Amino acid sequence: MANSTSSSAAETAFVRSDMVPSQAPPASEVGVIGWMRKNLFSSIPYTILTLFSLYLIWLVVPPLLEFGLFNAVWSGSDREACTTAAQGGIQSDGWVGACWPYIGSYLNQFIYGRYPIDQYWRVNAVFALFAVGLVPVLIPRVPYKGLNVLYLFGVFPVASFILLTGGNITLDGFLLPDAIMAPSFVKFIIDYLVLTAVVCLIGYAIARGTEAPVAPMIRNILIAMGVLLVILLLFATNFGLESVTTDQWGGLLVTLVIAVTGIVASLPIGIVLALGRRSQLPAVRLLSVVFIEFWRGVPLITVLFMSSVMLPLFLPEGVSFDKLLRALIGVALFAAAYMAEVVRGGIQALPKGQYEGAMAVGLSYWQMMQFIILPQALKLVIPGIVGSFIALFKDTTLVLIIGLFDFLGMIQSSYSDPTWASPVQSLTGYLFAALVYWAFCFAMSRYSLYMESRLDTSRR
Amino acid sequence: MTKTILSVALGLTVAGLLASTASAATLDDVKAKGFIQCGVSQGLPGFSNPDDQGNWTGVDVDVCRAMAAAVFGDASKVKYTPLSAKERFTALQSGEIDVLSRNTTWTMTRDTALGLNFAGVNYYDGQGFMVRKSLGVASALELSGASVCTNTGTTTELNVADYFRANKMEYEIVAFEKSDEVVAAYDAGRCDVYTTDQSGLYANRLKLTNPDEHVVLPEIISKEPLGPVVRQGDDQWFNLAKWSLNAMINAEELGVTSENVDEMANSDNPEIKRLLGKEGEFGAAIGVSNDWAYQIVKQVGNYGESFERNIGVNTPLEIKRGLNQLWSKGGILYAPPIR
Repeated sequence: MANSTSSSAAETAFVRSDMVPSQAPPASEVGVIGWMRKNLFSSIPYTILTLFSLYLIWLVVPPLLEFGLFNAVWSGSDREACTTAAQGGIQSDGWVGACWPYIGSYLNQFIYGRYPIDQYWRVNAVFALFAVGLVPVLIPRVPYKGLNVLYLFGVFPVASFILLTGGNITLDGFLLPDAIMAPSFVKFIIDYLVLTAVVCLIGYAIARGTEAPVAPMIRNILIAMGVLLVILLLFATNFGLESVTTDQWGGLLVTLVIAVTGIVASLPIGIVLALGRRSQLPAVRLLSVVFIEFWRGVPLITVLFMSSVMLPLFLPEGVSFDKLLRALIGVALFAAAYMAEVVRGGIQALPKGQYEGAMAVGLSYWQMMQFIILPQALKLVIPGIVGSFIALFKDTTLVLIIGLFDFLGMIQSSYSDPTWASPVQSLTGYLFAALVYWAFCFAMSRYSLYMESRLDTSRR
Repeated sequence: MTKTILSVALGLTVAGLLASTASAATLDDVKAKGFIQCGVSQGLPGFSNPDDQGNWTGVDVDVCRAMAAAVFGDASKVKYTPLSAKERFTALQSGEIDVLSRNTTWTMTRDTALGLNFAGVNYYDGQGFMVRKSLGVASALELSGASVCTNTGTTTELNVADYFRANKMEYEIVAFEKSDEVVAAYDAGRCDVYTTDQSGLYANRLKLTNPDEHVVLPEIISKEPLGPVVRQGDDQWFNLAKWSLNAMINAEELGVTSENVDEMANSDNPEIKRLLGKEGEFGAAIGVSNDWAYQIVKQVGNYGESFERNIGVNTPLEIKRGLNQLWSKGGILYAPPIR
C-alpha cells in the first residue's frame, strides 16, 4: 500500500512530496516599512493626510521644545537672567525662551496661594490625607471599599476643613432672634434642638404623605442630625491651630478645593435631579426641571458675579459671608444641573424591559434604581460624566473674576512683580499652567477609559 | 454626604450672618479685631503687588501700613484683600474692607454719589501714550489715523475717544481685557500706540522686547489723582486716613526719614515736634496715641522714601517724581500743616 502510493507520487511529478519551506514575508509587508505602508501610506489620500499631519507637528513641536527646553533659562534670581541686553538683562539679542527660575521662585505661591508659610504643613497634610483616601478607591483590587469611601466622604472633609481653616468656629445660635436670648453656646444647643424638632416634623409629614413607615424615617433623621451635631462640635473644638481665613488660600489649593467639592457634590445632586425630572410626581418633576433649566440657562460667570458683587449689597453692612463658600455653592449647583442631564441620558437609554423586569421581581422604586437602573445607566454615561468633571475642573479658573486666586489666578497675579517682569514671563507662566491643567485632565481622562473598559466586559 | 455638606454650609452661613452685630465706628472695629482690612489691586507693579514670598509691597500698600502704624504702632497689622476694578467699591460699601488703597482715581461721582470719601492723593497720575521711536512722532497731536491699543471697559478708552475727537483726529481702537494682552499686542506691532496711565506705561515697558525702541510722548490727556478711599459718614476714620497720608508727606517736607526720626525727635523745630508728638495732642484728636506719626515714619518711612523704594528711579519701574514731587521742589504734592 505504502509502496504504491510512493510510486504513484513519484510518477505524478506535479504532486509535491514535502512541504514548501516557509519564506520570510516580503520586506514591504513587515517591520517599520510594512507598518508605515499599511498605516500611513496605504493610499494617496492617506498619504496626503499623513504628510499634512507631519507638517503640523513640525510646525508646532520644534518651536515649543526650543522655547521650553533648549532656549530656556534654568537658574537666576531676577529678571536679568531672563531678559536680553536691550531689555536690561544678560541674554543675547533676539533670545526667546522659557524663564523657569521665575516659576521656581513662585512655585510655593502657585501651590499654596498666600497661605502662611509656616502653616504649609497643614495643606500638605490635607493633600496627603486625600491621596491616602483616593488611591485605594481608584484601584479596584484593594479591599474594604466601604470603609474607604466612608473615610473619603465622611472623615476626610471634616479633617481637611479643620486643618485648612483651623477650626475653632464660634457656635452661638443661628435660629432664634437675638432679642429672645443673647448669642451663646447654650442658645446654639437650644436652636439646634428646635431645628431637629422641625426637621422631624417635616419628615413625619412626608412619611405620612407617602405612606412610608414613620419610625425608620424619624430614626434616620435623628441619626443624621446627631452626626451633624458631632461634626459641628468638632469644628468648634480648639485644636490649637492658627486660624487661616479663606482669602489667604490660593493657587492649586483653591483649584482643588473647588474642583473636588464640585465633583463630589454634583454627582449625587445630579442623580437626584435626573430621577426627579423622570418622576411621576408633578411637583417634584417641575421643581427639578426649573432647577436644571435655571442653572443651565445662566453662564457660570454670571453666577459667580451675582454671588460676589450683588449679594453683599443685599446683606446688612458689616456682614460678609465667605467668598470661597459662595463660589463653592455656585459651582456645585451649576455642575449638578449639567450632571443631571448627563445622568438622565443614561437612564433614558435603558430599554423598558429593565424597569418592567425589576418591578416584576417586586423591587421597590429605590431598590430598582439602586440595583438595576443606575448601575447600568451610570456605566453608559461614564464619558459624559468624566467630561463634565473635566469641564468643571477647568471652569474653576473663572473664580479669578470674583477675586479668588486659583492656580491660574496666582500665576497671573505674579506677572505684576517687577522683579521678574520680562517679555517671556507671561509666556512661561501660561506654558506652566497649560502643563499642569493638562496633567490633571489627562489623568482623569485616562482613568475613565480604564474604568470603561473594565466595566464594559459584559458587552464585548 | 451632600446633605451634610449643604446643611453645614447653610448652618455656618446662618450662624455667620447672625453672629456679626451692627458695626460701630470703623476705628473701634479695627481696634477690636486687631488689624486693618485693606483693599488693594490684584497686582499693579509698584503700587500694590505681592512678591514671591506673598508679601504685599507698593506705595498704595504703604498707605495702609501707615494707618496700621498710627492705630496700633505696628505697620504689619494689615490684612490685604485683592480686588478687581469692578468689585472694589462694593467691597468698601459692604464693610468687607476698612480702606481701599487701590490706584483709584478721585472723581466727583465716586466722591459723591457712590458714598465714598477720598482721603487725599498719594499719586498724581495721568494717561499717556507710548509709541515706537521709528514712527518719528514727537507729539500726540501727530497721531491722526493711528491704531491705539488699550484695555477694555476703563476710563482710558473713553479718554482716548475724547482726546482724538476734540483734536479732530482719526483713530482706531484695538482693545483687550488684560494688560499683558495689550502689551503683547503692542509689542507685536498690532497697533501704533499704547495708552494707559503713565505709571502703567512705565511698568509695562519692562515687558517689551526692546524697551529702548519706544518712547513715552509728553502729552498727558487726563487727570488721574489716585488716593485711598474710605466710607462716607465715618469722619473719625476718614480723618485718620487723611492724616496718615499727610503725615508721610509732611515728614518728607521736614526732612524726617525712617533713619533719622529718632534724632529728629529731639529737634527744636516746633513743626517737627508737633509731627512727632513731642508737642500738642494731635494723636488724641484722631483717636490714636500721640506718637502716631513717629510710628508711621519709623516703620513705613516718609512719602519720598516710600516712592523711591517702590517705584522710584532705582527700581525696575524707574518712575521720576514729576508731579509727585513736593510743592517746594517743583511738584504739586502739598499737605496741610499739623498744628
